[in-house]
Amino acid sequence: MTQLSEFHSIQALGEALRTRRVSAAELAADALRAAREYADPNIFLHIDDALTLEQARAADQALAAGSAGPLTGIPVAHKDLFVTRGWRTTAASKMLAGYVSPFDAAVVDRWREAGTVSLGKLSCDEFAMGSGNENSAFGPVRNPWDPERIPGGSSGGSAAAVAAGLVLGATGTDTGGSVRQPAALCGVSGIKPTYGTVSRYGIIAYASSLDQAGPLARSARDLVPLLDAMSGFDPRDSTSLETCDGAANAPGRVQAAFDAAQAGFQAGGERPLSGLRIGVPREFFNEGLSADVGAAVEAALQVFESLGAVRVDVSLPRTRLSIPAYYVIAPAEASSNLSRYDGVRYGHRAAEYTDLFDMTSRSRSEGFGDEVRRRILVGSYVLSHGYYDAYYLQAQRVRRMIADDFRRVLAQDCDVIMGPVTPAVARRIGDNRQDPIADWLGDIYTLGVSLAGLPGMSIPCGFGGESGRMPIGLQLIGRYFDEGRLLALADRYQQATDWHQRIPGHA
Amino acid sequence: MALSEQDISRLARLSGLRLDSNDQTRARQELDRILGLIEELQAVDTTGVEPMAHPLAAHQDIALRLCDDTPDPASTPEQRDACMANAPAAHQGLFLVPTVIE
Repeated sequence: MTQLSEFHSIQALGEALRTRRVSAAELAADALRAAREYADPNIFLHIDDALTLEQARAADQALAAGSAGPLTGIPVAHKDLFVTRGWRTTAASKMLAGYVSPFDAAVVDRWREAGTVSLGKLSCDEFAMGSGNENSAFGPVRNPWDPERIPGGSSGGSAAAVAAGLVLGATGTDTGGSVRQPAALCGVSGIKPTYGTVSRYGIIAYASSLDQAGPLARSARDLVPLLDAMSGFDPRDSTSLETCDGAANAPGRVQAAFDAAQAGFQAGGERPLSGLRIGVPREFFNEGLSADVGAAVEAALQVFESLGAVRVDVSLPRTRLSIPAYYVIAPAEASSNLSRYDGVRYGHRAAEYTDLFDMTSRSRSEGFGDEVRRRILVGSYVLSHGYYDAYYLQAQRVRRMIADDFRRVLAQDCDVIMGPVTPAVARRIGDNRQDPIADWLGDIYTLGVSLAGLPGMSIPCGFGGESGRMPIGLQLIGRYFDEGRLLALADRYQQATDWHQRIPGHA
Repeated sequence: MALSEQDISRLARLSGLRLDSNDQTRARQELDRILGLIEELQAVDTTGVEPMAHPLAAHQDIALRLCDDTPDPASTPEQRDACMANAPAAHQGLFLVPTVIE
């Protein structure tokens, strides 16, 4: 029996599949068994063998017919924020327990068309609100590097599944860091592309002007086909882009940019990144940054320098303001988006009620968890009469100033920005239960990128914590539509280091 | 700025949420803390800065694309039933709710 755990990259597994050394169905059966037997029962919210094996058989047919692509037969799974036909979709909320979508999200469609085989649905923070996956109504997910600790969030199940080797790729969504932060805390690679490049159709909405899908995988090289396949214009999403600075927004764009960047690096020989200016924002190295994370990021920057890059000190003076700006804008949009859960058309309905309003408000109070209720209340407040200008519009003005800061630095001072993803390694499960706002402050290095709509990614760059065994992530932030070049830069780093190859239990 | 009990009741109503007295007390404490955090925005001089509604507005001139307001001709009663299959209470293509008009 072939085991998924024998393969550490999409390329290696893809070759084994295309040369027919492995069948997609055999592999899927093994992967399903591994997923069911995995020590953390909370990681998958729904597995359905028949649905997975049907996709695997389709992959085997494509492989037999010679029409297979780089992702045909590759085992993946989807964050439960993406609606799926067949598999239940809950957004990890009691509100949507048992919900079955009549259609597939655009990203789910695109990955299936590319030949991936889905193992099912992965846990996350309820409605993607959270940074630790503890806000799931169905129990916390454990970090594969230490089961006492969080995997990060909100795409915590996605990052943990990749780190545990249960899948070679997973979908995530990133509204304020929800791909990059769990990728960092679980020691995997993840990218949030430029807003508008990946369709939001079928992603359960949290904060629509910030929500963007992105993949998580073992390495930057694995992210290339995964991101490429999910990108592209979709008329069903009103913010989906038809073009990216003149290039068609379609599969092939990311791959072509990755290949072009690699060709340029190749010309540099021993110093492939010669001339590359890395902007290091001084505000990312503030007093809140823990020493282990700071040291790992510093060592990573030195690797980039050894490859020919130069370091430039830059300033993003409004970094700290990204926290209040985000925690006005995101809750405002959330309170509006989540008004659809009324206990009438779908979702939880209270058992007892008096009139229509009582039914709706009881249903919502029972169906939503603490963090979701908290953000809805904040959103209602900042949008209410008398506060709209002072909070919401003011936050949108600050948002523009933050975006302008990034634009100026990336236009004048540097070609890419690098820094930490998180102030510290993964904390213990339950640690911030008495202080729900504490987690918000930990989002400081990721929120600005989301507010500006820029592409950003996280790659493993070392270990820290008291045990010295908890992963640390390096954040790379590019110009608009720079996904392909970011992935190529990350790949050059991963050619020179082996952090991304470490697996839990063997670090 | 501290919120009053009336403020919390009003917010709960606006939010379509039902908070019991324990919830209210906790919500008040948490919201006071959160408002303290977002209060920092007030000190920023944003004179002359346009609010940014679209996430790519700092990069390019961009507006939301509108779609035609037309029904999907491919829609069938079966599709309607599939969409309504998740309704807590439905009858012959209608969503059931408590009596609104006596």
